[in-house]
Amino acid sequence: MTSGLTGDGEASAGKRALSAQIRRRFSGGFELAVELEAPAGITVLFGRSGSGKTTLLNCVAGLLAPDAGAICVGERVLFDAEHKLNVPVVRRRVGYVFQDLALFPHLTAEQNIAYGLGGLAVSQRRRRAQAMLEQFRIAQIAGRRPAELSGGERQRVALARSLVIEPHVLLLDEPLAALDLPTQSHLIADLRGWNREHSIPVLYVTHSQREAFALGERVVVLEEGKILAQGPPQEVLRAPHQETVAQLAGFENIFNAHVVSLHESHGTMTCRLENSTADLEVPLSQAVSGAPVRIAIHAGDILMAVECPHGLSARNVLAGRLMELEQRGPTVHARVDCGAIFRVRLTPGARESLALDVGRAVWLVIKTYSCQLLEREPQ
Amino acid sequence: MSWQALALSVKLAAVVSAVLCMIGLPIAYWIAYSRWRWKFLVESVVALPLVLPPTVLGFYLLVAMGPRSPLGRLWLRAFGHTLSFTFEGLVVASLIYSLPFTVQPFAAAFRSVDQQLVQASATLGVSRLRTFVRVIVPLSYAGIITGLVLSFAHTLGEFGVVLMVGGNIPGVTRTVSIDIYDQVQSLNYVAANQTALLLLAVSFLTLSVVYAVNRKVWAL
Repeated sequence: MTSGLTGDGEASAGKRALSAQIRRRFSGGFELAVELEAPAGITVLFGRSGSGKTTLLNCVAGLLAPDAGAICVGERVLFDAEHKLNVPVVRRRVGYVFQDLALFPHLTAEQNIAYGLGGLAVSQRRRRAQAMLEQFRIAQIAGRRPAELSGGERQRVALARSLVIEPHVLLLDEPLAALDLPTQSHLIADLRGWNREHSIPVLYVTHSQREAFALGERVVVLEEGKILAQGPPQEVLRAPHQETVAQLAGFENIFNAHVVSLHESHGTMTCRLENSTADLEVPLSQAVSGAPVRIAIHAGDILMAVECPHGLSARNVLAGRLMELEQRGPTVHARVDCGAIFRVRLTPGARESLALDVGRAVWLVIKTYSCQLLEREPQ
Repeated sequence: MSWQALALSVKLAAVVSAVLCMIGLPIAYWIAYSRWRWKFLVESVVALPLVLPPTVLGFYLLVAMGPRSPLGRLWLRAFGHTLSFTFEGLVVASLIYSLPFTVQPFAAAFRSVDQQLVQASATLGVSRLRTFVRVIVPLSYAGIITGLVLSFAHTLGEFGVVLMVGGNIPGVTRTVSIDIYDQVQSLNYVAANQTALLLLAVSFLTLSVVYAVNRKVWAL
């Protein structure tokens, strides 16, 4: 599945895409077996802990050798088991921000950033480090050591340190796990800003559902060392294994939308779902009118009615037609066309008492606070 | 108190510590990071002087330096005299005798450096040698100071090996501890006490420095 959402101006980026076929068996029985394509831009690696995310990063960085497979960045081969080729870590030019950051505790922020520039003249090293400090807005803490920095500042130093050497790929291992939300989004914005100029593949590991479906142009879902699905976030949920994916993701409905109008006094805003006429009222956010957003809704949070309901506190009542009903175990899964396709979960009892059938007109009731808002970059 | 003996001891200890620092760093690095199966054999050889009676070590060194051993003959041919009963001979003997006091604190310090820092350095394109100089050594300063101070103190006070290899030549091989022994032999207790007290003070100071550095009493 290739993404149609990676953005424009990246015609050359395809040449620098990361492609990895990796097979690595561990003595404990765990096996990582993945085939991955990551074009320029952020690709989110999403999965539970122990699903093999970090192992995958270590293979790409060269800290761990796969048993079989190949890893390339564009034309450049980093690893090829068949030809016994294994470019050492030092020469891979793969930026890596470790989960614990691994900042050098005895060096200042600026020295940390300049660390990888040893091959350059002193004046040039200083200039490059200064530019990075400014780009990541940490010039004011240049002289401080990691122990004297806040969590967010430390993240910025680690990110700047790995980017200053102009890597061909960037690996981020749960980089924002310890940060509060505003700090996270500022950092991501700065990373995106940097990547607009350099356009390299960024592998972003996370086990946070919010991050997985908000940040990336693409999501790769890992489970027990295998890739369950990969592609743009909203497509991934429609992939064959979508049940597990949705379970991992925590929501079965994800829509691209844009803000139509703000209702500050109500604490809500109206969003029009992409490629449809359906509107949803969602909790008010920082977004402005016209801004792109992504809305996620649990299939189990949607009520279904066979008559148009009245007198509800819920702000969203959508008319639609039942397209599909399927019982899987103790749950009935329904697909309803309201201009956009909604997935709804019911009990078999509800199905019976409503006498539901495919083709029937139904109304979906969705509370404003059941609509989770995810940030989205303009496409 | 024999100032000549004290000066000789200090000179010997300084030379030995300096040389041990140079050869101890690579040996300790290898011991800390090598995955060689038979590494434990090398570790045992390095640690041997800790448990070996100084006279045993001194005896074998004396034999090895003598004109009948290949090593001794080689030295004789190159310099016109044997190593035994010279200052150089004392240096060589002390290097071996004090090696574990340098290498073990070095290796322990290297091992305790967070390996992720070493990995991070590699991903930043920095070679192993430069990583050693710029990350491992600065983060091991307490262990390195400990190793140097211990080898200095240990060499300063050694007796058995020096007596076996160096004998008792004033200004050449008569170190402080041998001087004390001489004073006691000639019942000159006051002079012996003065020198012994000095060595005691130096030893105490040395150990205080070691413990203080490791407790990070001073921010270095």
